[in-house]
Amino acid sequence: MSQYTRKGVNKDMAALDGKHFGLDKVLTIICFVILFIIVLVPVAMIFYVTFISEGKFDTRLFTEVIADKGNIGAMWNTIKVALGATLIGTVMGVFFAWLVGRSDIPTKGFMKVMFDIPYMFPPFFGAMAWDLMLNRRSGYINKWIVSTFGVKRSPLNINSIWGIIFVECCYYFPFVYKQVVNAFERMDPTLEESARIAGASQGYVIRKITLPLVKPAISAGALLILTSSLAHFGVPGMLGFSAKIYTLPTKIYQLFYRTTGSFEGIREGSALSILLILVVVAALILQKYLLRAGSYDIIKGKATRPMLIKLRGAKVPLLILAYVILFIIVVMPLAMIILVGFLKAYGLPITLANMTLDNYKQVLFNNTMVADSIKNSIFLSFSAGIICMFLGVMVAYVIVKVKPKGAIVLELLSLLPYAIPGIVMAIGVILTWSGRFKVNLYNTIWIILVAYLARYLSFSMKSASASLQQVHPSLEEAARSCGASHFGSLKDITIPLIKPAMVAGFFLIFLPAMRELTTSVLLYGPNSRTLGVAIFSLRNDGYITTASALASIAILLIVILNSIVNAILKDRKKG
Amino acid sequence: MDQVVLRNVRKDFTTKLLGTVTAVENFNLNVAEGECFSFLGPSGCGKTTTLRMIAGFEDLSDGEIELCGKPVSIKAKNLYVPPEKRDLGMVFQAFAVWPHMNIFDNVAFPLKVRKVPRAEIKERVEKALKHCSLDGMEKEYPGNLSGGQQQRIALARAIVTNPKVMLLDEPLSNLDPKLRESMRFEIKKLQKEFGFTIIFVTHDQSEAMAISERMLVMDMGRQVQIGTPTELYNKPNSRFVHKFLGQSTFTNCVIEDGKAYAKGNLQQPIPLDPPKGCEHEMILATRPNQIDINHESGYESVVENRIFLTDYTEYQVKVGDALVQVQTPHRVEFSVGEKCYLRFPNAMWYPVEDEAAEAERNRRQLV
Repeated sequence: MSQYTRKGVNKDMAALDGKHFGLDKVLTIICFVILFIIVLVPVAMIFYVTFISEGKFDTRLFTEVIADKGNIGAMWNTIKVALGATLIGTVMGVFFAWLVGRSDIPTKGFMKVMFDIPYMFPPFFGAMAWDLMLNRRSGYINKWIVSTFGVKRSPLNINSIWGIIFVECCYYFPFVYKQVVNAFERMDPTLEESARIAGASQGYVIRKITLPLVKPAISAGALLILTSSLAHFGVPGMLGFSAKIYTLPTKIYQLFYRTTGSFEGIREGSALSILLILVVVAALILQKYLLRAGSYDIIKGKATRPMLIKLRGAKVPLLILAYVILFIIVVMPLAMIILVGFLKAYGLPITLANMTLDNYKQVLFNNTMVADSIKNSIFLSFSAGIICMFLGVMVAYVIVKVKPKGAIVLELLSLLPYAIPGIVMAIGVILTWSGRFKVNLYNTIWIILVAYLARYLSFSMKSASASLQQVHPSLEEAARSCGASHFGSLKDITIPLIKPAMVAGFFLIFLPAMRELTTSVLLYGPNSRTLGVAIFSLRNDGYITTASALASIAILLIVILNSIVNAILKDRKKG
Repeated sequence: MDQVVLRNVRKDFTTKLLGTVTAVENFNLNVAEGECFSFLGPSGCGKTTTLRMIAGFEDLSDGEIELCGKPVSIKAKNLYVPPEKRDLGMVFQAFAVWPHMNIFDNVAFPLKVRKVPRAEIKERVEKALKHCSLDGMEKEYPGNLSGGQQQRIALARAIVTNPKVMLLDEPLSNLDPKLRESMRFEIKKLQKEFGFTIIFVTHDQSEAMAISERMLVMDMGRQVQIGTPTELYNKPNSRFVHKFLGQSTFTNCVIEDGKAYAKGNLQQPIPLDPPKGCEHEMILATRPNQIDINHESGYESVVENRIFLTDYTEYQVKVGDALVQVQTPHRVEFSVGEKCYLRFPNAMWYPVEDEAAEAERNRRQLV
């Protein structure tokens, strides 16, 4: 039993302790149980209620749902929007990455800061802002176009497929930009220089060497846009309903609310969820297939200054173009939301005379629903962050260090939520936690917390497991040989070593949870609205100025939180 | 005809951290056809910057460069020929083999750019691969190959166009020592076959000495000494070159009445005439294997320590305050505490170097 083999060091150590249930074994069991309950059961329930009717296997509901014309239309819309956003977002991302990473365009530092801004805000803020500007009838820009050019109707309409694609692009292109600019900056410059020496011109080098080398980064970013957009609720939720344009996530939402949360509605939603999962899984398989060919090592070699491409005559036009785009996609929407937040009523001309602070007063002091939503979001993000941070470390430890039988199952379970859209996870959580298993959390804040745990656990798990893989087993063994117990070596050696990754894992969850909408929009009850839900419902109920004021407060909150996080993470890098 | 000519070349860099630094200054060089010439120096000395100016990756701040009789960079006339028009071969330290192309495509790239007909490409690539012992591996991707093989791909890619001038930027320093030696040999063999001129950049002195006909030692952007390896080893013109090429022992000496005394022992003069008209203090530079230790005559001292090593015996002998190392064949035997005499046949005298130069050297390594 206690034979010492290299592979099972930890297990045998536990056995050497003379205990049947060593610490590792206990942790392994806990991990399995927790992941089973918070991840697997909700997903399984979706399939169960779809395909099992009155105790019998029954595909009738599913076939009915996928044969429904409206649902098929929603599926095509989902795919259209996702492909459009991916295509345009990728082109934008690569263009800006090249400009910042490879050309000698001035003010790169400032541009980099600007590109981080869309990353911070949820896309539905953009949808809301663009609706204020480009709503066919009441949008400010459209009204200006009509009055200036004397046309009957403005050609621009944000409540359309193209409008949805446009807004999603604005918020998703940084996925590609970040990946590619990173690849550009770390790429060994001699790879390009050797092509120049070989006789190739600058343009030829870009086409034959530079772009093919960053192709893996481009496709990784593009597929991130694709999967995010497929699962995305906020933008089509804000822009599509009035024009009767549905995507699968908004269709699920609509189905759920039309039936006011009845079981039949949930069942239909489940069936539709499966359709959405299938689409996302297809995209993930595509991703595996496309990424298979390419991860090469392009970063070795000494760090020479990468040779920047001189833009010469094109410098000024490109600089202007870059700033015009940045102004349109970054500055204008945020400014619009903040301005409308000060207006006495939506639709009034934006002049100082029409400004008031009443909306803010209303939001902050008179409306308990809104004040509660801020509190709820902070509570939810903080507790989801903390719990996931510890759970993530535990799961990562079991997968990386203990390696029990079935570690692969554990890993798959913790990564499963990546493939499950937030709105689908919400349906699963409702099915699981509303009394069916003797626990009823429906309409409370706890059901949102459970859903957040399922959605975000993988973030902290990945961060912790990457870091744990760097901790050599000999470090723990050295602690044991110095007389520390197994638990002691974990506490004093392993955990301190991976603490930075744990902190990063916390923020990876805390920040997106603060602005979350997709999951909570199905789960909120009368007293458990989140910030996202509050903005969404205020705006959909027509309280546009109030919604804008609340969104402005959220913008401020997000900026402050992000600066704090950046300061903390930067500080640590220096130390 | 000289293949590579540099006249009064200067290069300034401006960085936020350090302000303007002159990386290379007043650089003059003529490299003859078929010659193998090395730039040698510590990191930050400007050798790579100079090479990159020859390749066309860096502008000049002043001066001019000619390749094969044609001007390629003239600052005063704002003439600048881009790298792809200079017809050079170049091999980089990190191989720079393109991971998304197989070996054949890597080597064929320069020919494809030049629109060489396909049949001829095939023939020339095969020939180049054969010369670099890579034949039969055309379809492999570089990712699966060892460093030595990758560097041979880079070599094949550089020779496939038959360039007149080959620039080698520390091509061996990413390889393990054994491979380094055989690659050195292969490069020389290729040079003989193709007759190109080599400019070889390295910080490894023995590599430079083994490969080159002439070499240049650089320090802090300046040319310190140019010559054959033997000249540089035997007659280094400065303490810096002395120290950089091989082992050195330095003894601080005081000069009085035309006689040199080791610091700390003003009774017994060193049995050597210091150069005439020199300053009050000088440094006596020798190499441990060139000091003659004997029982008869010379500077009298006592053996402080004796270390028996594989190829020689090392004695430590006090000369004034300094402990001087002496390496001798095993048959020369002294015991610890025994009286001995030292002679310094190939010694050089250098002025005392101020510490400011050392500080400047450290600062430049940050650039």
